Amino acid sequence: MNLTELTIDPLHDLIVQRKVSAMEIAKAHFEQIERRDKEVRAYLQLCPERAYQQASKIDSQLAAGEALAPLAGIPVAVKDVILARGMRNTCASKILANYVAPYDAPAVERLEAAGAVILGKTNCDEFAMGSSTENSGFFPTHNPHDLARVPGGSSGGSAAAVAANMAVASLGSDTGGSIRQPAAFCGLVGMMGTYGRVSRYGLVAFASSLDHIGPFGRSVRDVARMLQTIAGRDPHDSTSAGVPVEDYVAGLDQNVRGLKVGVPSEYLKGLSPETGDNIQKGIDLLAKLGCVVAPISLPHTDYAIACYYIICTAEASSNLARYDGVRYGFRSAGHADLQEMYKQTRYAGFGAEVKRRIMLGTYVLSSGYYDAYYLKAQKVRTLITRDFLEALDDVDIIVTPTSPIPAFKLGELMDDPWQMYLADIYTVTASLAGIPGISVPCGKTKGAPHLLVGMQLLARHFDEARLLRVADAFEKAGGFEVNS
Amino acid sequence: MALEEKDVRYVAELAHLELTPEEVKTFLPQLDSILEHMQKLNELDTSQVEPMAQVTYPAAVNPSLRADEPRKTFTQEEALANAPDPSAGCFRVPRVIEKEE
Repeated sequence: MNLTELTIDPLHDLIVQRKVSAMEIAKAHFEQIERRDKEVRAYLQLCPERAYQQASKIDSQLAAGEALAPLAGIPVAVKDVILARGMRNTCASKILANYVAPYDAPAVERLEAAGAVILGKTNCDEFAMGSSTENSGFFPTHNPHDLARVPGGSSGGSAAAVAANMAVASLGSDTGGSIRQPAAFCGLVGMMGTYGRVSRYGLVAFASSLDHIGPFGRSVRDVARMLQTIAGRDPHDSTSAGVPVEDYVAGLDQNVRGLKVGVPSEYLKGLSPETGDNIQKGIDLLAKLGCVVAPISLPHTDYAIACYYIICTAEASSNLARYDGVRYGFRSAGHADLQEMYKQTRYAGFGAEVKRRIMLGTYVLSSGYYDAYYLKAQKVRTLITRDFLEALDDVDIIVTPTSPIPAFKLGELMDDPWQMYLADIYTVTASLAGIPGISVPCGKTKGAPHLLVGMQLLARHFDEARLLRVADAFEKAGGFEVNS
Repeated sequence: MALEEKDVRYVAELAHLELTPEEVKTFLPQLDSILEHMQKLNELDTSQVEPMAQVTYPAAVNPSLRADEPRKTFTQEEALANAPDPSAGCFRVPRVIEKEE
């Protein structure tokens, strides 16, 4: 039995039945990291001391006859934009290379309180800006299924770690698709809850009106367990919602007969033919499960990329103003005065994509352009949100591809930023509307290499339970292997 | 091309970013093309549409105001722990105002 290939519940059962200890599970994962991470490069930093301490605590609790929490002994990786006290938090940026987190994000705190064993911090696009993890200020991460290809991004390290059996589950952040798209590229389940479902405290801000923390896992059940653990009101984040958190796991294993599933016509054009085939088979399977499939229209879809990139860069330019070499992070040497210090620190500390986005965001907010770009985009955001809310009056779930293309090769889209942005077309819309979304594997492309295709399910605000139930039914009906 | 090199330099100045002449040359066509794509939004008539700054949902029960009670926060030592140049309990920066001779 390979301890690194299991999902949460079977692993938990092994611990409770005393067939294996939490220490052994942690050790097996660090050994797997030792073997595999030289080529995948998912981790920026490991924390064996913290992990073994937690694992040993779990083993003692069991020995003392205490009941174990649902995630007890489960090895988890955390994207390096989410603070874990005492560990470096770099955001994969040189400007924060030496920054040590002074507190735990509640998402991390709640995972550890539920018994999870944090193994380390994972690579990503610098400040979560990118769709491939190639924008990391340190090194790119590779897709474990095909090392020549990207794992997706920006949470590519968190996806690759789970896909390469170097963690059972992980935390990522999703601003415009940064969990859902790498989940699709790596053959995992990845979920973004409703905006405000999970506290953003301790998540380094990129675009505050769009940022989410969310889980990756090998099964819908694992993702349900993770989300259930980290969700809920947190007084440190005024945008975190007071809506009670349902028992998502208890809501699984139910039939989905009669649920109305909408398929937006705008999301089926411009797909690679093989992605389209896989999605169609996924939709057919949902129909076979008894869902009532109906065509719907989200007429403002074509405007989403422009709208999203105006809003996220505007918010980023403001959020990243704090990196100036004064209070924390890198400070360049050899400057004559304060202004020079700011400029040189930011010149040397930020990578190209971050600079590009700061420039764009500064431009769209600048005097004379604010109304034409930023205010316009905020109005279009209203239209895009209205599309979803009207569609979700009629249907319970919306089904789309997660990405128009499967995992691309490293370097393939790096020369043309706009082409890279376009790859986010199916994920940014839900982010703008603040509705929850999940990506589940739904097949592979036919020709070699077999590239993985993800299907995205979307639902009403705070309808995570139903979203997970449909995803779970799809998985159990063989949806993950639809085409293989 | 609508954007000019001087615009790129001006925006960089606003953003406190030093750019090399090569970076200005690389960014100019990239930013220009991205901004042109963004103008697609002008196809839409939004004169009757309210801007949306934040996600709001009818279902939310959000106590947006909390009681104003003192809470534990960082100690001075913790707050300065990541500072590149801490000094006497402060963040030290290069001289801002010139001394009069």
